[in-house]
Amino acid sequence: MAQEINKTTTQVEEKQYSTLNLGPTHPATHGIFQNILTMDGEIIVDAVPTIGYIHRAFEKIAERRPYYQITVLTDRMNYCSSPINNMGYHMAVEKLLNVEIPKRVQYMRVIVMELARISDHIICNSVISVDSGALSGFVYMFQFRELIYEIYEEICGARLTTNMGRIGGFERNWPKTAWEKIDKFLHEFPVQLDEFESLLIRNRIFMDRTINVGPISAERALNYGFTGPNLRAAGVDYDVRAMNPYSSYEDFEFTIPVGTNGDTYDRFVVRQEEMRQSLSIIRQALTKLKTLPDTVYHAEVPDVFLPPKELVYNQMEALIYHFKIVMGEVPVPVGEIYHAVEGGNGELGFYLVSDGGRTPYRLHFRRPCFIYYQAYPEMIKGAMLSDAILTLSSLNVIAGELDA
Amino acid sequence: METKATIEQVMDRLVARFGSEIRSSEMCYDMMTIEVPAHTIIAVLQELHDDTATPFRFLTSLCGMHYPHLAKDKQFGVVYHMHCLTSNLRLRIKIYLHADKLEVDTASALFATANWMERETFDFYGIRFKGHPNLIRILNMEDMVPFPMRKDFPLEDQRREDKADEMFGR
Repeated sequence: MAQEINKTTTQVEEKQYSTLNLGPTHPATHGIFQNILTMDGEIIVDAVPTIGYIHRAFEKIAERRPYYQITVLTDRMNYCSSPINNMGYHMAVEKLLNVEIPKRVQYMRVIVMELARISDHIICNSVISVDSGALSGFVYMFQFRELIYEIYEEICGARLTTNMGRIGGFERNWPKTAWEKIDKFLHEFPVQLDEFESLLIRNRIFMDRTINVGPISAERALNYGFTGPNLRAAGVDYDVRAMNPYSSYEDFEFTIPVGTNGDTYDRFVVRQEEMRQSLSIIRQALTKLKTLPDTVYHAEVPDVFLPPKELVYNQMEALIYHFKIVMGEVPVPVGEIYHAVEGGNGELGFYLVSDGGRTPYRLHFRRPCFIYYQAYPEMIKGAMLSDAILTLSSLNVIAGELDA
Repeated sequence: METKATIEQVMDRLVARFGSEIRSSEMCYDMMTIEVPAHTIIAVLQELHDDTATPFRFLTSLCGMHYPHLAKDKQFGVVYHMHCLTSNLRLRIKIYLHADKLEVDTASALFATANWMERETFDFYGIRFKGHPNLIRILNMEDMVPFPMRKDFPLEDQRREDKADEMFGR
């Protein structure tokens, strides 16, 4: 007997781990993520993430660009919900400039941000379903992501990297077709959302694959700087929209869904419910907009809001303002601000330091993905390889936001 | 109904604990901004973290700064954004570092999230965090020599002659 025990201990000592490169370009990682996994059979012992494959030095570039040219950098961060990034950046600059935004523009921003949140969650949740082996839900859900992109297209002309709006409002009033498409979306999407949910939420295979997969406790999540749906799945009801309302979110009624275990299933359910809340917010915004004059689409801030092209060619003042804005002759107060919005994945923050020059002295993006992705090794330790894939997709790490 | 904690109360407690170590404090737009010496930063963070009335348990962000135009002992900075989720208070803490001694204690023992934020700050500014478990570059390649977010690191290719600086920003 004693001999046998000795034998097993030597076996443990001699145990060899295998190393597996998960990524950087693997279809299951949905982006450029490399993880060097140490595996004991199919169990993950350790993971070392390598990031920075699509680092594009946005913070450096932002220090050399006039304020109005930085918007295009922000929508290349979380490209699944670029309008939130755009609006967040505009609001940060408006806070620095002390610009008062008309209610109608604020509600329009709320609509477009909630649409972006829905499209972000559509991607995340349908990808969770794909990674757990259910492809059909994904195909149906992506039709509605397409519809959201069509709405973006009506509003600003672009689909993915939107560069939507300007500092002070929107570049043009929304066309009638945009409102019609929003109505169509509100009418058709809830049906699809329910159908998608009914495919998965009580599905035995799906529940077995996701419950207790990649869990994180509320305390660890807070310590790791989690925000957004991933934090709420762990049971902390922190939502920037409710805690530090921006763009008149205080005018809206919505609930913040929270989970309990912080596992993949909870993250899925929280995102599902958030989509419903977003739909409700959009409906409320549409009702509120009916009472407001429908010609206002920007604040009256000629100092920072680029005038329409036809005025530039025909009016002296517009030409002067156009020239001043483009050449960066607009006075900007000295100061520093931190502005946070609730992005698709969590608190998207802009720390903007201005020295009064034409470009920011420093612009730091608080990118939620970058901050919570460091918890990934801890979350998948002891899990199976296939669970690691599901955990990654349920965290909804977007490579562009991770690497800036 | 209990009264809401204010940032002034937090400041009073900090001043009572650290006295003149709090070098400056001002409201910058909507956020209280304080400056502390680099060697006390961990003590300040710990005090805020352990405070029972307003626990600042959430490190929102941490980033580096470079001020080449200032005196040598103030050329680099690290900015911490803290958030107390229970009373919804935010606080910005700044430290300044001497250009020849870019070293500060790590906050990663207190906040797991500081790990990558500090690696990012090291990567871009060359600020070393003492006691950090794995202080290597994170977004740039490991054999890179310069620290690209420093103001003296050029953004454009320096061999280009068609782009004059005064026409394109700073």
